[in-house]
Amino acid sequence: MTVSAVPSEASSASAAPRGGGVRRSMLRRVAPYLQAGPLALTLLVFLLIPILTIVAVSFWDYDSIRIYPDFVLTNYEELLTSPVTWKTYLNTVKFAALTWVITLLIGFTVAYFLAFHVQSTTWQMVLFLVCTIPFWTSNIIRMISWIPFLGRNGLLNSGLISAGLIDQPLEFLLFSDFAVVLAFVHLYALFMVVPIFNSMMRIDRALVEAARDGGASAAQVVWNVILPLAKPGIAIGSIFVVTLVMGDFITVRLMSGGQSASIGLMIANEISLLQYPAAAANAVVLLAVVLIMVVAMLRIVDIRKEL
Amino acid sequence: MTGTGTRRGLSFYLLAAFFGLFVLFLYGPIATITILSFQGPDGGLTFPMNGVSLHWFKNLFEQQAVGDFGGSFRRSIALGLTVMVLTVLFSLLAGFAFRRRFLGSGALFYLAVASLIVPSILVSLGIGLLFNILGIEPTWYGSALGAHLTWTLPFGLLIVFAIFNRFNPAYEEAARDLGATPWQTVRHVVLPILLPSLIGVGLFGFTLSYDEFARTLMTAGSFNTLPLEIYGMTTNVTTPVLYALGTLTTLFSFTVIGLFLAGVMILRRHRLRRTGAVV
Repeated sequence: MTVSAVPSEASSASAAPRGGGVRRSMLRRVAPYLQAGPLALTLLVFLLIPILTIVAVSFWDYDSIRIYPDFVLTNYEELLTSPVTWKTYLNTVKFAALTWVITLLIGFTVAYFLAFHVQSTTWQMVLFLVCTIPFWTSNIIRMISWIPFLGRNGLLNSGLISAGLIDQPLEFLLFSDFAVVLAFVHLYALFMVVPIFNSMMRIDRALVEAARDGGASAAQVVWNVILPLAKPGIAIGSIFVVTLVMGDFITVRLMSGGQSASIGLMIANEISLLQYPAAAANAVVLLAVVLIMVVAMLRIVDIRKEL
Repeated sequence: MTGTGTRRGLSFYLLAAFFGLFVLFLYGPIATITILSFQGPDGGLTFPMNGVSLHWFKNLFEQQAVGDFGGSFRRSIALGLTVMVLTVLFSLLAGFAFRRRFLGSGALFYLAVASLIVPSILVSLGIGLLFNILGIEPTWYGSALGAHLTWTLPFGLLIVFAIFNRFNPAYEEAARDLGATPWQTVRHVVLPILLPSLIGVGLFGFTLSYDEFARTLMTAGSFNTLPLEIYGMTTNVTTPVLYALGTLTTLFSFTVIGLFLAGVMILRRHRLRRTGAVV
């Protein structure tokens, strides 16, 4: 959006007198629409209209066999008056908050190390790549790869037992809230590292030096110079992590062993029971919650300015 | 860069240790299942290793127990490649459009950002419902393709924005001054400069699609893609064949990244040599 205004207007003016001018300037005027067309059409057909469909269906009626076009509020009523809903929402927000705090701490520290302590650019790129490569493998594979590590007879338990630290395997390691948050951090820490690293790399190093010359300690430099300037990256990373966790259902289902719930999982269950209107109402509420969270984060920083 | 931090004190080593732990955290589990996938025929899902063999890899290919592994793999590749091509094409075109002001550009930008924020399961549900109501059968090459594009296109678009931000328009002006037509300018000046970044967009598109689960769930129709197949396996397969599959798909991902990186490297060297010759 903030792409610098390229002097294409000027060129179209200079091209005009060269003959075929009228047709060419017409083409210039419609060109952006033709160029943006495929993107716009795809998002319209596969995002906007489906979301509107969800909103419409959330007012439909259903029984055990099929769904009926209608306008009823029962889906929302049942959803919002059920204590299960509130508990599930609370649980999901808890997952999101925990994951957010942990990924933020990890992301900031890792990005800070890469951006300010690794001196050579080559090493910076190599270490950055080392961090990003696991991200390219399947999420589900990365989740199940925790099982032999955390299980009853897993590496961690047998290690702790043979070290004499515990007598019995720790049961809470796998199929628990602990495992869910651990998997989330494992899956999404990178979504925090990359944007924060990106905004840290843009920080003018002279500012850091000036602060140091002014007598600031290392901690003061981080807190008063780097942190404020890395805010856009933190905001982008936070939006990613929070929205990904809020909508997740596979991680919660796999890692909690079915013992914990999330909104996404609730929706997925309603889908598998073919209760589409109920799922749709739930989806609308989830979307509203996620949008409120994102808007709140965007109030803190203007991301469009930073692109 | 040099000279910013002259001291390599205690904080450097503490941070380096933290970084090392983070890398261990990222790679440790994957390394564990890779080792475990070489269990002997009597081995289980955890350590200790019960012999070393390729039994579970063989098992993966010969038996029906794993479902349609080959077919789902082929579908995921085909889908990923299609998504890759369309993502590069659509986001590049849109990138050109956004270099000028046009009616609705703000709305389109926000729609693209929204596409990143809307939880995947909602996209899946919405497309599934829409196709259901319209009476169209969802297919992996139709509805799932669209669902994947809603995830890959915004990423592609943001990367293209970043590329154009750093693009020096002087090259285009020079081409125009030398009498190049707009098409010639794009073909011979803009595209070659953007090529390495576009490869990155393609890599992004391919891997995002290849791994996408939630957006495929309700949109793939009657034939599974690989992530759906793997997910099915996690619920009913209790042998290391699961790890063998994990090892193979991880290996495949790494190969794809390696090929892309090598491609970018060759391009860069090629360009260096050419510009070197000119100078």
